[in-house]
Amino acid sequence: MIPASAPSGIGDPPPAGASSWRLFRRNRGALIGLSVIAAVAATAVLAPFLAPHGPAEQFRGALLQSPMWMEGGSAEFPLGTDPLGRDLLSRLLWGGRVSLTVGFFVVAAALLAGVVLGALAGFARGLTGILIMRLMDLMLALPSLLLAIVVVAVLGPSLINAAVAVGAVQLPHFVRLTRGAVLAELGKEYVIASRIAGAGPLRLALSTVLPNCAPPLIVQGTLGFSTAVLDVAALGFLGLGAQPPTPEWGTMLADSLAFVQRAWWVVTFPGLAILVTVLAFNLLGDGLRDIFDPRLKR
Amino acid sequence: MPAFILSRLLQLVPVVLGMTLLAFALARLIPGDPVETMMGERGIDPAHHAAMRHALGLDRPLAVQYLDYLGGVASGDLGRSLVTKAPVLGEFLTVFPATVELSVIAVAFAIAVGLPVGVIAAVRRGSAFDWLAMTASLTGYSMPVFWWGLLLILLFSVHLGWTPVAGRIDVLYDVPPVTGFLLVDTLIARDGAAFASALHHLVLPAIVLGTIPLATIARMTRSAMLEVLQADHIRAARAKGLTSFRVVFVHALRNAMIPVVTVIGLATGTLLAGAILTETIFSWPGVGKWLVEAVRRRDYPVLQGGILLVAGAVVCVNLLVDVLYGLLDPRIRHAAR
Repeated sequence: MIPASAPSGIGDPPPAGASSWRLFRRNRGALIGLSVIAAVAATAVLAPFLAPHGPAEQFRGALLQSPMWMEGGSAEFPLGTDPLGRDLLSRLLWGGRVSLTVGFFVVAAALLAGVVLGALAGFARGLTGILIMRLMDLMLALPSLLLAIVVVAVLGPSLINAAVAVGAVQLPHFVRLTRGAVLAELGKEYVIASRIAGAGPLRLALSTVLPNCAPPLIVQGTLGFSTAVLDVAALGFLGLGAQPPTPEWGTMLADSLAFVQRAWWVVTFPGLAILVTVLAFNLLGDGLRDIFDPRLKR
Repeated sequence: MPAFILSRLLQLVPVVLGMTLLAFALARLIPGDPVETMMGERGIDPAHHAAMRHALGLDRPLAVQYLDYLGGVASGDLGRSLVTKAPVLGEFLTVFPATVELSVIAVAFAIAVGLPVGVIAAVRRGSAFDWLAMTASLTGYSMPVFWWGLLLILLFSVHLGWTPVAGRIDVLYDVPPVTGFLLVDTLIARDGAAFASALHHLVLPAIVLGTIPLATIARMTRSAMLEVLQADHIRAARAKGLTSFRVVFVHALRNAMIPVVTVIGLATGTLLAGAILTETIFSWPGVGKWLVEAVRRRDYPVLQGGILLVAGAVVCVNLLVDVLYGLLDPRIRHAAR
């Protein structure tokens, strides 16, 4: 699949997103991913209206009740209840809010900080650039989850701190990507032309170079969303993320670990929610990469 | 070649120094005063407090304290655990082989399954197998490891009773530790039943830990194969009349392996992150479980020394991969200069 504007000269800026939407509609994976994300986001936003019960509401008479289609289940608790008698479906819906909100802020913060640091390292080579890149290498040398655990160990376990930790883990990827893209663009003729026309470094960065570095950052941001959801859930599972009674999917799994053998639904559904959300973001990210860079089409 | 290795080693120096700086800073960033932590909640008078600080060397300039710490690290002194009072390095060396054993088997499983799946998917591009394999690998790639492990325990250990739920070996076996790798130690001890027990315990965690690498390897192999299969030397090989098996597995796979080997080598960090979760679920006495417990118990010396050692291990593996890669592919060796 080659975009309509493919035979562009070396000096032109890369093709803008004119034909991207057409390509997007033809990419089945990206379309499925986006639809699922939209559905998850809708249920999360509408959680107060869709959820039959409050996320922390306990029904003492219905501890570990089975899902409605099984023996002992009732339509009042469609997916059953957890060890404290809370409605699983309601907690999953509210949990979607937690995961998506955290994912959004993590990616937005890492993206913003990453673009600033990456552009700084790309434009101002010399000591600043070297220091930034060495620090990023350092962060990349630690396994991601371990780095997040270290950050949480320093800050203390909570949802906010887990988000900070997960964001810190993602930062180096955005910095490296931005710096690489900036360096690649800086040598192109349209940038040189703009510089000759008298554009200062800030104008050069903001209105000429950075907009053309956007595609890889959008792809990385989408994939980063899936990593963020996964890592926050993993920290929650280890007891280092959101604390009970927050309806966070990973924390919900950890809470009901002792009841795995008696009630399969308390672990199956939160995990399924994580998997579906992560899968959707990965599908969308992969699809976007194919669209932006047809050469990598697999 | 020696110049290539040397330049790689030199690049490591700032990374390793940075690691020690990070580990040193970690101990200072943690909230709370070490003297008060040591003395408990009774509290002590200011004079005694100052004396303790002096005895611990905490009243010296930070730079001096750092150099002192660096000297300790260089001589293998990483402090002692607050909980067990044992040296951190010693504790690490007892848990590290468990993680290595688990990771090696997991990667072997991932390669053994992922490589053929990727090759077949590429050769039969667009077939039902291709579609199924790529859907499965994308799912595997998105899998929350901790949940996957629980599901497999629920199915294979609880319902079917095929595999044990936790641990490395049945408690009734007493194997003298020689290498720390139970599969090797049981063989050295010539204890067949213990070997079987160790293997039995290893299967499920290895599958869980190997799932994400398996998905990655299958995808990488497929895309690398697709690219290589269009190359001229493949067309030449086909034109010579070689069997398609020989073309695919001898001529194409060798070239397709280059990116795949990189991915396998550089996945060490991902593997260790997965090991933290896998070990927690299966009560596998490895580095991951050790570190998570250290965080829960606020055992900061263990955490401080542990991240330094883990990061060091990751850096060493990456260096090894780099060097091997330079040996395999001369183009990389020369480009690096």
